[in-house]
Amino acid sequence: MDKTELENLNKTCKKIRREVIEMIYNAKSGHPGGSLSAVEILTTLFKKCMNIYPDWDKNPNFKNRDRFILSKGHASATLYAVMAEYGYFSESELNTFRHFGTKLQGHPSCKMLNGIEVSTGSLGQGLSMANGIALAMKLDKNPANVFVYLGDGELQEGNIWEAAMAAAHYKSDNLIAFVDYNGLQIDGKICDIMNLGDISKKFEAFGWDTISIDGHNIEQIENAANLAKKNQKPTVIIAKTIKGKGVSFMENQTSWHGKAPNKDEYELAMKELED
Amino acid sequence: MYSTNKEKKSIRSAYGKTLAELGKINPNIVVLDADLSCSTQTKQFAQAYPERFFNMGIAEQNMMATAAGLAREGKIPFASTFAMFATGRAWEQIRNSIAYSNFNVKIVATHGGITVGEDGASHQALEDISIMRSIPNMTVIVPCDYNETVSVIKYAAEHYGPMYIRLARTNVINIFDETYEFNPEKAVKIKDGSDLSVITNGETLAEVIDASDILAEKGINIEIIHCPCIKPIDKKSITDTAQKTGYVITVENHSIIGGLGSSVCEVLSENYPAKVLRIGTNDEFGQSGEQRVLMDFYGLTGEKLAERIFEEYKKENNK
Repeated sequence: MDKTELENLNKTCKKIRREVIEMIYNAKSGHPGGSLSAVEILTTLFKKCMNIYPDWDKNPNFKNRDRFILSKGHASATLYAVMAEYGYFSESELNTFRHFGTKLQGHPSCKMLNGIEVSTGSLGQGLSMANGIALAMKLDKNPANVFVYLGDGELQEGNIWEAAMAAAHYKSDNLIAFVDYNGLQIDGKICDIMNLGDISKKFEAFGWDTISIDGHNIEQIENAANLAKKNQKPTVIIAKTIKGKGVSFMENQTSWHGKAPNKDEYELAMKELED
Repeated sequence: MYSTNKEKKSIRSAYGKTLAELGKINPNIVVLDADLSCSTQTKQFAQAYPERFFNMGIAEQNMMATAAGLAREGKIPFASTFAMFATGRAWEQIRNSIAYSNFNVKIVATHGGITVGEDGASHQALEDISIMRSIPNMTVIVPCDYNETVSVIKYAAEHYGPMYIRLARTNVINIFDETYEFNPEKAVKIKDGSDLSVITNGETLAEVIDASDILAEKGINIEIIHCPCIKPIDKKSITDTAQKTGYVITVENHSIIGGLGSSVCEVLSENYPAKVLRIGTNDEFGQSGEQRVLMDFYGLTGEKLAERIFEEYKKENNK
């Protein structure tokens, strides 16, 4: 990636952050913390790492698209802003987020919005669904990859480890998971609420390849995703992130997991996110 | 349509055999099981099409959400285990990963009801129909014998939408012959009658038929409606029979809360209020015992049903 492209992508990330804050402010609800920690990864995946067809199923090569599943569905604001950025729908629709009648449901719904592969929101199920898609694509000899984005708190769900076991057992080398490792969950620090221990070692013990990166470093994200595509095993990319990244008063604050900024906070955040 | 051969046949083997046959015709059919492929009989498919069979181990939640992913790609997953674990352990995966997205997953659960037998209460699903039918998009079917099971499984493979198909562990006498075709919109009138109506499905249909013979000797002529599809339910057949006889009794190998009995009450209270008596398990857990012993204890054998229906009929007519 050359310097200009990197600068542009970082600029895009800033724009996505502004949109996320705007959407959550307009909706008077949402999840700023875990949305902001996901910005670089989702932006990089959609722009650089995944084969995407924003006109959804109108392209004849549509079936070869890389699949993306937001298992931590509460980061939907970031996903929607990234999808709008890359042409899935008009940016003007972003202000309908979480409003009655919107395609942009609080948590992603595949019945409401083209481009959403499966509905998510209830934690722990996205990895299983992603592996189901991966298994089907292997049966169909489809060379595309399945990317799934997990929260770190979400790893407390038993279903995740059932899925991890199955993906390794069935050698789903077309499955690439990201863990948004921001270290916080609704009730506090993950290590205080329910310690996950060494996530890498856990996934390795389940038969996965693991890569650890800085989840806000675009080059590291791209390199890890490209490496993961070539792996012979399911791969998990453990991305160290900062919850609330980009807005100083939201960073590393559990209290910003699931609340909207008031007018003053909104204005302050937007000022910090100016180009 | 009705069988003259009254031999007892395994409902589960109808499932296993039909699934393996369908696998040959339809390459999109995939099958998942949770370490019970011998009991559920999905093993027949596994042996014929190993590349399309996924044993998910003892992990039902993952099995259901994986089935959702397979369905997303156009596969037709049949996911099987015991009714208890299919519906209880994985309810939320079924609701949020399968039904919410309206994915084409067929949950075919065996060992429904108390006739699980010796394994006891922990394995006897008496609430599965209740918790499945409350999920939007979900069709719920309870076939009564071998040939109906064959027809239901074929129907499931050919029609889109999430379905819960509940099979019993028991061997049941043939009620229908090979020409029978399952129709989700139509309950089947097994016998015309005038004194009261019995609505049932699944393995208790055979018991109700036995009860009907005993009752006939006592001069009571019951109408029997077999209602294999609990959701959507054939409102017309239910209101018609209630209008005709004025008194409805439901019989099911399930809790009287939330299953067929409740479904019939919902239909009648909104369309033709009539007296309904629900026979099933009474807000209680099961226990260990031989199948027939348990059926007798919970009042679901032909003889016990005849006794109960006779008493209720007398009470109703002495008012």
